Amino acid sequence: MVGLQHYLILAAAIFSIGLFGVMTRRNTIGILLGIELMMNAVNINLVAFARYSGQAAGMVFTVFTICITVAEAALGLAIVILLFRVRKTVMADHLDLLKG
Amino acid sequence: MLHTVFFYLLAAILVVSAIAVTTSKNLFHAVLWLALALTGTAGVFLLLDAEFLAAVQLLLYAGGIITIVVFAIVVTERLVGERLTQTNMRIGGGALISVVMLGFLVRVILYRPLPFERPDMGGDLTEMLGMAVATRYVLPFELLALLMLAGMLGAIYFARPED
Repeated sequence: MVGLQHYLILAAAIFSIGLFGVMTRRNTIGILLGIELMMNAVNINLVAFARYSGQAAGMVFTVFTICITVAEAALGLAIVILLFRVRKTVMADHLDLLKG
Repeated sequence: MLHTVFFYLLAAILVVSAIAVTTSKNLFHAVLWLALALTGTAGVFLLLDAEFLAAVQLLLYAGGIITIVVFAIVVTERLVGERLTQTNMRIGGGALISVVMLGFLVRVILYRPLPFERPDMGGDLTEMLGMAVATRYVLPFELLALLMLAGMLGAIYFARPED
């Protein structure tokens, strides 16, 4: 039998893997992919909680988070393209413009 | 019983593809693995009786985000020739922090009494979702439309041709 905690542990695993990607990727697009994974884990949590508590409100918030994630990805990739145009690289460790 | 089998199958697919997203050397392969992970998440939504969310997930993530990420890679990467290592020097520390984070989360989840049984939702979930969005949550919904507009304008502004 699959209970709520199974879904939560699955989401926690995906979240941790996404965190690992965010911390270790050198490419800015790779970091964005890690953030997408983490957002995805949050969505699984929201839907699982909504289903096991019998209230549809959690699913409404999942609709919202999915839309916000899409806006975030579109803006993030636009910034990456702009960075590439200015610095000719998207490697995070070369983007030290703000270093004093 | 079938539900359990499908859950563990999807969980295995999700974890394997998520690890591949973070570790694969070629960024383009990582995006394809991400597409698999997002599709698997749509399957998890189906297991949780959220058919509408599964459709939204497939359309927006697997359709939309994958496409724009592929475009961004095409614009910013030289796919042939350049073979830079994709991970930085912090791989040990990153793995340690992730494992500690996972252990902490699993510990908290297992410590709490959580329900095993699913209550009856009392009707069609998609219908309930639509009713909730159009009545009680109509203000956040409109704000979301504003956010999408702002995001679109921002993306167009950032990616405008050089003048």
